[in-house]
Amino acid sequence: MKTRQKRLMLVGFGLAALLAITALVLNAFSDNLVFFHTPSEIASNSVPLERTFRLGGLVEDNSVRRGEDGVTVHFKVTDTAKAVPVIYSGVLPNLFREGQGVVTVGQLQEDGVFRATQVMARHDEEYMPPEAAEAIKQAQRERARTVERPEGL
Amino acid sequence: MSRTRIQWFHFTAPANFYDLAGRLIPAFALLSVILFAMGLYLGLWVAPPDYQQGDSYRIIYIHVPVAWMSMFLYVLMAIYAGIGLIWRIKMAEVMAKSIAPTGALFTFLALWTGALWGRPTWGVYWVWDARLTSELILLFLFLGYMALHAAIEDRQRAANASAVLALVGVVNVPIIYFSVQWWNTLHQGASITVTQAPTMATIMWVTILIMFLACWMYSIAVVLARARTEILERERRARWVQERLESEKP
Amino acid sequence: MTEFLAMGGYWPWVWGSYAMMAGVTAVEIAQLRFRRRRLWQWLQRMARLSRQEER
Repeated sequence: MKTRQKRLMLVGFGLAALLAITALVLNAFSDNLVFFHTPSEIASNSVPLERTFRLGGLVEDNSVRRGEDGVTVHFKVTDTAKAVPVIYSGVLPNLFREGQGVVTVGQLQEDGVFRATQVMARHDEEYMPPEAAEAIKQAQRERARTVERPEGL
Repeated sequence: MSRTRIQWFHFTAPANFYDLAGRLIPAFALLSVILFAMGLYLGLWVAPPDYQQGDSYRIIYIHVPVAWMSMFLYVLMAIYAGIGLIWRIKMAEVMAKSIAPTGALFTFLALWTGALWGRPTWGVYWVWDARLTSELILLFLFLGYMALHAAIEDRQRAANASAVLALVGVVNVPIIYFSVQWWNTLHQGASITVTQAPTMATIMWVTILIMFLACWMYSIAVVLARARTEILERERRARWVQERLESEKP
Repeated sequence: MTEFLAMGGYWPWVWGSYAMMAGVTAVEIAQLRFRRRRLWQWLQRMARLSRQEER
């Protein structure tokens, strides 16, 4: 075999071995690479409660209540299956609103309320002009109306 | 077959590569300027604001193209380094070495613009999620590659050692790309993919593609210019360099 | 114009990003030019010296 072919083989084998090792390592560590836990994971007790961790999901509709002091906020984080009540005092990011994705950092209290020390907004990969968003909302409202009043009635 | 082979290896000769690059650089630079002007005009003036993020989303027109470039340039660098390692083609080694600084700059820009975008939208400059961390590792891979090249005195050994590092680091590229699918991250998923329609208004993704092309043209021009200087340095005792020294301006 | 520069109140983030992009590319181009010019001048000096030696 020529030395050039030998080098090609070596590089090829090396890369293949490295790829396999990385895949195995990533697979083994996949739980630790999770940036946030979901309300369902908390409900199934798969999250260590005594530690600080991140809770992520959507801010449940009609769940945001502002405290009388003006800084404390109560809201619920949901993954549409389960919801966890959250209490937070501090500045909220601009994108924080009901129905939006959110990641909070804090600890779960004994009473099941998540006391957050930090709230980060998570946004989806959709971008569009305000008019387009308005048009979509309009279409959804129209569709909802036709569903409420099925054909033939 | 034999004809095309001769054509191909023609430009692996340093003198021919040097002349060809010298002719190509102005063309790529001009294209890059035109495309950047178009992209900036569309992105900053023409494109509408986003319905959620207002005008802050305009950072996307730099952030996404430079982040793509950082990954493409890394893969390209690793391919050239691999060709240099296996077939001992000197020009491939020169190209790999010349790509590294530009790749590092694009990676830095991706992190910088990401931080400035993250602060107003997420509420934080930086988080240790899988996407951001793997992109930071990419920056360290570029810097490590450059450092290894600089640290080893012998040119051939430096090229070999850094080529191995470049090839090992390739595993990080799919990790960056798929991190938002494989794990929960603060970073959102991809808006533009090869397989699906973009989840954004047409003017927005078209502008991103124009900026991406502009970045490509810029990278090609800059990398060829760096490779040219590198060749001149390596071949300074060759006759063809002496000929050009008499006839050419810098 | 001021409205454009204000970027809906997001000007520090938007212009901070675009300015860094412009700055980084400008520095890269300037550094490349400087390096090439310095090398070229040094090579020409070397060529001159060797020609003088031949004479």
